Amino acid sequence: MTRSIWLIPLVGLHLLILLAGFVAPYDPTAQARTIPFAPPVRPHLFDAAGTFHLRPFVYAVVPSGDGYVADTSHRYPIRFFTRESRYAIVPGLENDIHLFGVDAPARISIFGTDGYGRDVLSRVLHGARVSIIAGLLATLCALLAGTALGTLAGFVGGATDKVIMRAADVFMAVPWIYLLFAVRAALPLQIDTRAAFLLLVAVLGIVGWARPSRLVRGIVLSAKERTYVLAAEGFGAQPLYVLRRHVLPQTYGVVLTQAGLLVPQFILAEVTLSFLGLGVGEPDASLGSMLGTLQQYHVLASYWWMFAPAVMLVLVAAAYHALTSFGHERARLVAS
Amino acid sequence: MRFVLGRLGHSVLVVVLVSMLTFALVEAAPGEFFDDLRVDARVARGTVDAWRERAGLNASPVSRYFTWIQSVARGEFGVSLAHRAPVGPLLWQRTRNTLLLTAPAMAATWLLAVPLGLWLAARRSRWTDRIFTGATSTLLALPDLLIALVLLLVALRTGLFPTGGMYSPGAESLSAAARLRDLATHAALPFCALVLGLLPVVIRHVRASAIEAIDAPAVRAARAHGINGPRLTLHYVLPLAANPLISLAGLCVAMLLSASLLIEVVMSWPGLGPLLVESLLAKDVHVVLGASMIATVFLVVGNLVADLALFVVDPRVRA
Repeated sequence: MTRSIWLIPLVGLHLLILLAGFVAPYDPTAQARTIPFAPPVRPHLFDAAGTFHLRPFVYAVVPSGDGYVADTSHRYPIRFFTRESRYAIVPGLENDIHLFGVDAPARISIFGTDGYGRDVLSRVLHGARVSIIAGLLATLCALLAGTALGTLAGFVGGATDKVIMRAADVFMAVPWIYLLFAVRAALPLQIDTRAAFLLLVAVLGIVGWARPSRLVRGIVLSAKERTYVLAAEGFGAQPLYVLRRHVLPQTYGVVLTQAGLLVPQFILAEVTLSFLGLGVGEPDASLGSMLGTLQQYHVLASYWWMFAPAVMLVLVAAAYHALTSFGHERARLVAS
Repeated sequence: MRFVLGRLGHSVLVVVLVSMLTFALVEAAPGEFFDDLRVDARVARGTVDAWRERAGLNASPVSRYFTWIQSVARGEFGVSLAHRAPVGPLLWQRTRNTLLLTAPAMAATWLLAVPLGLWLAARRSRWTDRIFTGATSTLLALPDLLIALVLLLVALRTGLFPTGGMYSPGAESLSAAARLRDLATHAALPFCALVLGLLPVVIRHVRASAIEAIDAPAVRAARAHGINGPRLTLHYVLPLAANPLISLAGLCVAMLLSASLLIEVVMSWPGLGPLLVESLLAKDVHVVLGASMIATVFLVVGNLVADLALFVVDPRVRA
């Protein structure tokens, strides 16, 4: 049971990311053109004179020569539940209270700023929100389609089964990224963020149905022959009832495992497409498009904090990895 | 023989169906290559229509599919609208470049992973095994994209490796040996990125199936007969563990193709990846189709070879 400790980072990360509007100190698209590529701001407890202050504070950054220096003449204490830009965590429910912030003109960019002076932390959180919601929705699509088609193939059998499984073969025979590209090629190049997002979800769903449908089909095939299913049929149960009551519950385990594997894979797919400029684009943040700026050598070589989206990506991937190994462990314990 | 023919027929069918699928998807695209020219004030209205007519875009989708298939059969793979030339030669050159990268990466990965995996399985639960398992878990969580970017950063910072392309400028005038060395230094980073991406997956599989084989009755019986060391590993453990690994090798082709697509773009290696992205942005449909088809053929051939190898190696499959 101590193994379930591994779920804490996963849940925590998701809370952090889904509540991005609240946790992020700034609007992800708000620019501060005077401070492009400002390095991360450090919170201090001791001021320049060495005096201790109980409330952490930051200094404003001012451009100087090629880089930036901290203006130590004025302290800006970190405040909690400040009022900043408006956001909506759930559409329609607008709010402007942020977890933390500092008074203007100082800015608390603890992960630095990008080329337009936008706060990297805010962009990482909002970008991860886009990526994770895309991953979750796409997984939902793929699993719904996969389970429906797999159940159909396994339960009905015959020609239906042959056609569906041949189609699954075809979808699994294309390297998925190429298929993703072919589907993407079928869509207009310049599309607004919302449409791009929904299309991405649909595309990933279309590409990902084949493997879950195969696995579900296998389970349905074996479940169909179980004695209690045969008994239920002997007592005159309708096919739909048998399916709902006896066959589908058998597939839940596989479907859940597939979900744990598919979500990070789809998040990565979204990141890849956006990285190549084919997904969610400027000015909206997405982990992929943020990493895309690293393709410029001067950004890659000079501004290490621009790797922040990569750190977030690895954290999310590791959390899901822990989830699946936790699932394996539990399956082993149950089996033994 | 029946098995071989069956697998072959199945593969051909899959390739044909994939060609139809990708053609239909690209066909469904709302935009086309000539859209940009239509809004270009320098191009007269009728000119674009004439170009469209000459490119055969006014024919029905079905007849265009068959025109394209005939062209594929001739090795031309249709006409690139952006390059105004048959796609074939362009594709061959890019495919060769991709293979120059992926084939050595595949070989190196397996040559490293099999001995390492077997060694780790033999020393299961010791500290070396723990360290390696931790390392492979970490590598697994790192996306290929990130590995490529970090390697690129290393190249930029140290200046030891070139940061893109296949040859240095002016490499044509060098001697053959110098050219080869130039190529090798350019290939080093994308090669490392590919190997680092694939290695953890393969090592974990080798270790897992080797552990399963070590626990199998056949190996324990061999051990009881006093067989141990390399002889046990090579003659008893490896053949028993080979089955899932051969299937994995087939799947590796797909993983490598997907990974190299991205890594080629990041490291500006002139392979299929950058070509695909360029032509996708230009809506140059025949290039997109050709690149997807080549990738599919590699994948299907990889799986076919793996299936046939299984047939040869594993008597249980033949029965």
